[in-house]
Amino acid sequence: MQTFDLGKEGLRALNSSLHALKGQTNMTAWEVINPKGAHAIAAGVDAPVDITVRGSTGYYCAGMNKQATIRIKGSAGPGVAENMMSGTVIIDGNASQYAGATGRGGLLVIKGNASSRCGVSMKGIDIVVHGSIGHMSAFMAQSGNLVVLGDAGDALGDSLYEARLFVRGSVKSLGADCIQKEMRPEHLALLADLLKRGEAADKARPEEFKRYGSARKLYNFNIDNASSY
Amino acid sequence: MTDLPRTPPRFSATFTPAVNAEIRRAAASGIYDIRGGGTKRHLPHFDDLLFLGASISRYPLEGYREKCATDVWLGTRFAKKPIHLDIPITIAGMSFGALSGPAKEALGRGATEAGTSTTTGDGGMTEEERGHSRTLVYQYLPSRYGMNPDDLRRCDAIEVVVGQGAKPGGGGMLLGQKISDRVAMMRNLPKGIDQRSACRHPDWTGPDDLEIKIMELREITDWEKPIYVKIGGARPYYDTALAVKAGADVVVLDGMQGGTAATQDVFIEHVGMPILACIPQAVKALQDLGMHRKVQLIVSGGIRSGADVAKAMALGADAVAIGTAALIALGDNDPVWEEEYQKLGTTADAYDDWHEGRDPAGITTQDPELYKRFDPVLGGRRLKNYLKVMTLEAQTIARACGKNHLHNLDPRTLCR
Repeated sequence: MQTFDLGKEGLRALNSSLHALKGQTNMTAWEVINPKGAHAIAAGVDAPVDITVRGSTGYYCAGMNKQATIRIKGSAGPGVAENMMSGTVIIDGNASQYAGATGRGGLLVIKGNASSRCGVSMKGIDIVVHGSIGHMSAFMAQSGNLVVLGDAGDALGDSLYEARLFVRGSVKSLGADCIQKEMRPEHLALLADLLKRGEAADKARPEEFKRYGSARKLYNFNIDNASSY
Repeated sequence: MTDLPRTPPRFSATFTPAVNAEIRRAAASGIYDIRGGGTKRHLPHFDDLLFLGASISRYPLEGYREKCATDVWLGTRFAKKPIHLDIPITIAGMSFGALSGPAKEALGRGATEAGTSTTTGDGGMTEEERGHSRTLVYQYLPSRYGMNPDDLRRCDAIEVVVGQGAKPGGGGMLLGQKISDRVAMMRNLPKGIDQRSACRHPDWTGPDDLEIKIMELREITDWEKPIYVKIGGARPYYDTALAVKAGADVVVLDGMQGGTAATQDVFIEHVGMPILACIPQAVKALQDLGMHRKVQLIVSGGIRSGADVAKAMALGADAVAIGTAALIALGDNDPVWEEEYQKLGTTADAYDDWHEGRDPAGITTQDPELYKRFDPVLGGRRLKNYLKVMTLEAQTIARACGKNHLHNLDPRTLCR
């Protein structure tokens, strides 16, 4: 286990050390202590390592992550795992706005609640939120899956494309072109897998969720739909 | 009675034939006009400035014998690897999607041969451009299409796009006709849909967030890459100051003459400021902060000639960027295609329906039958020639003003 004291050694030294891990390495377990809400912790990692951050993080923790498993033993600031490519990010606490923004792959697990714009513009990432999510979540979401065990705020999935949204609780309102869709067997199977990988299999069953997605009515501009925007 | 003089028909200066035609078009279609390019209205521009050549109080340099240097450094504030260009004329961001792959290749070829950089666009980085562009600026846009850390690390500079001159406050637009399989794959969107990019970044809002975002990008790229911030011509004093505050190495300022692949005509013509009005405000902001020349300023929007380059630099810019002019150098709107422009209901030098993807010159299209008309090697050579001519023109003016480097042009060399 490599223990890195962020308070003493600083962010640049941490990220520089993590970026030096290219391909396979035997230094696979890392612990970051004293994060104290610093920004961009473990941003840009590209190695199959396991990093545990003992405390809460600022903006963009695990930004653009590839391959790594990053565990935040606290809450995460805005833009956690933004543009993640692959790997896993698990947050024990809550996540601020834009969690998983534009994420292209991998799995983001938030064991608490997520604020507004969770999964904004997501492009392939899977996000599992054990609690609830705020307004404008999955705005312009292109692909990937967003699973919410709690409730969703206003304008869920506004102007979304092909992302799939699964919400167990209530949805305050749906955004433009977002509709409830039929839950077919393949969706139940997908959801079961996501709940398992998202460490939530013991908290909810796939049958309890509703599925939301794009009505695809705004994909090509039609003047008769102008009032929908 | 018939011999009495008659008042000739008089068109309204308000309801001109063009205005009336647009009203009829709107009434028939129910949708605003979408087009490419920049503003077409008359605006105060570089044509309204002149240089004061040397006289008794200043002496000139010999036009063909004494050196007048043209190189420029960009990104010297924080980046470990700032960019050094041979000429201060860069190629502005234009997306693969808006342009064909061969057109992007030609931009890379021409720019590299002339010793300057190209810039990606709202569609990610293509191999054509990375492969042929020695110095490539990678745009970081609200859509984040194609964004990934590997391309961030293999670019030479990162340009965080806040806005562009053609549509400050608006996002990108690429209509379904141009969303081919490859474009759809790169943007992770269904084929054939009208793609409308967000106008705001998904994970930051305001200058304080931008500062953290820039810091994250520097961390991901180990502080190697220069980070530009591109703003559209609106409130240039404050936007420049805030970009500097947020940690930019370079500010890119695009006036309303700057082109776009597609947006609403009303946006292009009625939102933004001409570049001539923008530059002094941006330079003032840099000077007030003590950052002029420390944070470099690149300006764009209607740059056409070496005279425009020299004037922009005399006003305080470090470099310029060209987009529309580069496309024309490649062959866009060339009268050689007049017969086909006529079939599209337009004429050479006026064609602006780039969003339809039917460009006879094969540049603003994703149609293989059209883009195979375009030879990227020849196009690259034409762009190189044009960049060289612009540089020679700017040097001619600078020498006449007694300057041995384009950067030594200053406002006192101008008759304003």
